[in-house]
Amino acid sequence: MLSITNLSATIDGKTVLSGFNLEVGAGEVHVIMGPNGAGKSTLSNVLTGRDGYVLSGSIDFDGEDLLAMSPEDRATAGLFLAFQHPTEIPGVGNMYFLRTAVNAVRTAQGLPEIAATDFLGQAKDAMALLDMDPAFLSRSVNTGFSGGEKKRNEVLQLSLLQPRLAILDEIDSGLDIDALRVVATAVEALRSPDRSMIIITHHPRLLEMVKPDHVHVLTGGRIVRSGGPELATEIESQGYASAMADGAAAPSTS
Amino acid sequence: MTDLIDGIVEREYAYGFHSDIDTDFSPKGLNEDVVRLISAKKNEPEWLLEWRLTALEHFLTLEEPSWQNVHHPPIDFQDMHYWAAPKPKEDGPKSLDEVDPEILETFNKLGISLGEQERLTGVAVDAIIDSVSVATTFKATLAEAGVIFCPFSEAVVDHPELVQKYLGSVVPPRDNFFAALNSAVFSDGSFCFIPAGVACPMELSTYFRINAAQTGQFERTLIVAEEGASVSYLEGCTAPMRDENQLHAAVVELVALDDANIKYSTVQNWYPGDAEGKGGIYNFVTKRGRAGNRAKISWTQVETGSAITWKYPSVILQGDDSVGEFYSVAVTTGMQQADTGTKMIHIGKNTKSTVLAKGISAGKAQSTYRGLVKVLRSAEGARNHTQCDSLLMGSECGAHTFPYIEVKNDSAQIEHEASTSKIDEDQLFYCRQRGLGEEDAASMIVNGFCRDVFDELPMEFAVEAQALMRLSLEGTVG
Repeated sequence: MLSITNLSATIDGKTVLSGFNLEVGAGEVHVIMGPNGAGKSTLSNVLTGRDGYVLSGSIDFDGEDLLAMSPEDRATAGLFLAFQHPTEIPGVGNMYFLRTAVNAVRTAQGLPEIAATDFLGQAKDAMALLDMDPAFLSRSVNTGFSGGEKKRNEVLQLSLLQPRLAILDEIDSGLDIDALRVVATAVEALRSPDRSMIIITHHPRLLEMVKPDHVHVLTGGRIVRSGGPELATEIESQGYASAMADGAAAPSTS
Repeated sequence: MTDLIDGIVEREYAYGFHSDIDTDFSPKGLNEDVVRLISAKKNEPEWLLEWRLTALEHFLTLEEPSWQNVHHPPIDFQDMHYWAAPKPKEDGPKSLDEVDPEILETFNKLGISLGEQERLTGVAVDAIIDSVSVATTFKATLAEAGVIFCPFSEAVVDHPELVQKYLGSVVPPRDNFFAALNSAVFSDGSFCFIPAGVACPMELSTYFRINAAQTGQFERTLIVAEEGASVSYLEGCTAPMRDENQLHAAVVELVALDDANIKYSTVQNWYPGDAEGKGGIYNFVTKRGRAGNRAKISWTQVETGSAITWKYPSVILQGDDSVGEFYSVAVTTGMQQADTGTKMIHIGKNTKSTVLAKGISAGKAQSTYRGLVKVLRSAEGARNHTQCDSLLMGSECGAHTFPYIEVKNDSAQIEHEASTSKIDEDQLFYCRQRGLGEEDAASMIVNGFCRDVFDELPMEFAVEAQALMRLSLEGTVG
């Protein structure tokens, strides 16, 4: 599904990723953990095509050269990012925005556009799972939403767009435990054999609810250690420093 | 982003066709003879000729104003025609069937086929090409309600007492340079009269279009809503592409007597000139309304065209508890310049005004908001809220805000908010990550920015306005 080889990224003369490698197979859920400044957000920026980075290395997305594609082409090819800080777009109705996004993807796939009434039904069903008030559909995109509401709105888009690869960038930050459970349940429900996920997080708590296949520790712009879910548990009890020290002594392979 | 801006600058004007209609011109130049010719062509009564001549006399003593924040070469007022009319094939059309097919084709290209409008939309259209109204629809339905909606020149003949009573009562001939010019040479326009207590049964619409070369268009619109009457009036404007600049100096007067309600909406898409700033319409317009007790006047405008726009739709809040509103979107791209805003003059007690102005600049365009809120000593309890937001696309354009606030009564509450921002890269990226192309993303964000104003437009205009915004941003993916 996704193959990142020897990726390096530099912005404003500062190298943020260097010698980064990652293989994500179909249906796999990968977790990337790491301390602040490790390059986690840069990874999601580079994958989605934000400009401003000088890049080398390669990223293969289902046989296509991801780095050669525009952000919108990546999106319609099935790459989705749940933003860490979703942007407010005043005056643009959430329902209209969501339907436009869904239709952009459908058009790229050669499917007919979805009718407003059909879409409304789907959106309401998805919102019920996320415990969201349907009134959010008539509000402007993310405008005046609380931090938790914005995160739910991201997961709502994830469930409506049905991407092949979803990147969740700190989807758990700013959520209380109840909201976290709702979001985690929705994410877990979206797991499928043909959908992969990369979950970027600081906090292992989410991983008690969404069981990952692989856990990676990112620091200094590269993955220094990889393992199974137990690695997350280890980081929670012993911290990054210890995990990285162990990793340096005995790099594990996955 | 650079491609996006280039695309906007390079957009083509979609309405730039020119109809080959046989046109009857006055000789170039401005003098008493021309004014007499215009008046005679229209079989005007003596008092109106005198009114025009007085305005001309005053005009000739004036100098063109230069305080506005726009730049253009001097206009030679002696080097243009002040009268142009499509020549009648025989005696002039009695119905749509008799209208010159070329004229109808012009309207078809504009997407406002009169016949179709008549059948499908229920909007009465008073269509004006150059100076003469070519067809007026729905007159019968309106007549049943007692509403008069006709070309100005017809009103002068059929309802002289109403015209004489209200003409110049809100914008006197001596008001300003361009109002004086218009008063001297105005050719046609619309007249609308809603009798006391009548809610006009349909939205009234006028489509203005400047067709002939080297012609100034000086239309005059007068809307009178008597006590308790209400009306919604739509005005749309386009002009063909030409190398030389054309002058459009209109006057619009609104009279809202006690408890009356007038809503005036404009979508202005005059030819803006080419990417180097060659050609295009100079749109210098005086629009003003006078509101009686508890009356309400609401101006809504979407301005995307013209090389230079210079207008301040205003409300004189004369009556107690009267309300004035101004909602505006002004889009300037390429080399366009706009100096626009409003004047709210509070005279009556507890008068209230709201101003919401959105300016969007791209390319090398310059957009200015200029607004006056004036509270006279008599205006106890007056309130105003003004909000001006500017959106910049690219680094070569500019946005300027000149609010003037004059308050002579301590009880007034005046609020002014202003913001200037660049189109947000995060918003663009967010949309693109969801699969929208850069052009669609920009269009969506800009439409969102204008939403509060679009919400004030009548439904059919809201759709047109959004389509126009889209057109403004067309061809933006490089």
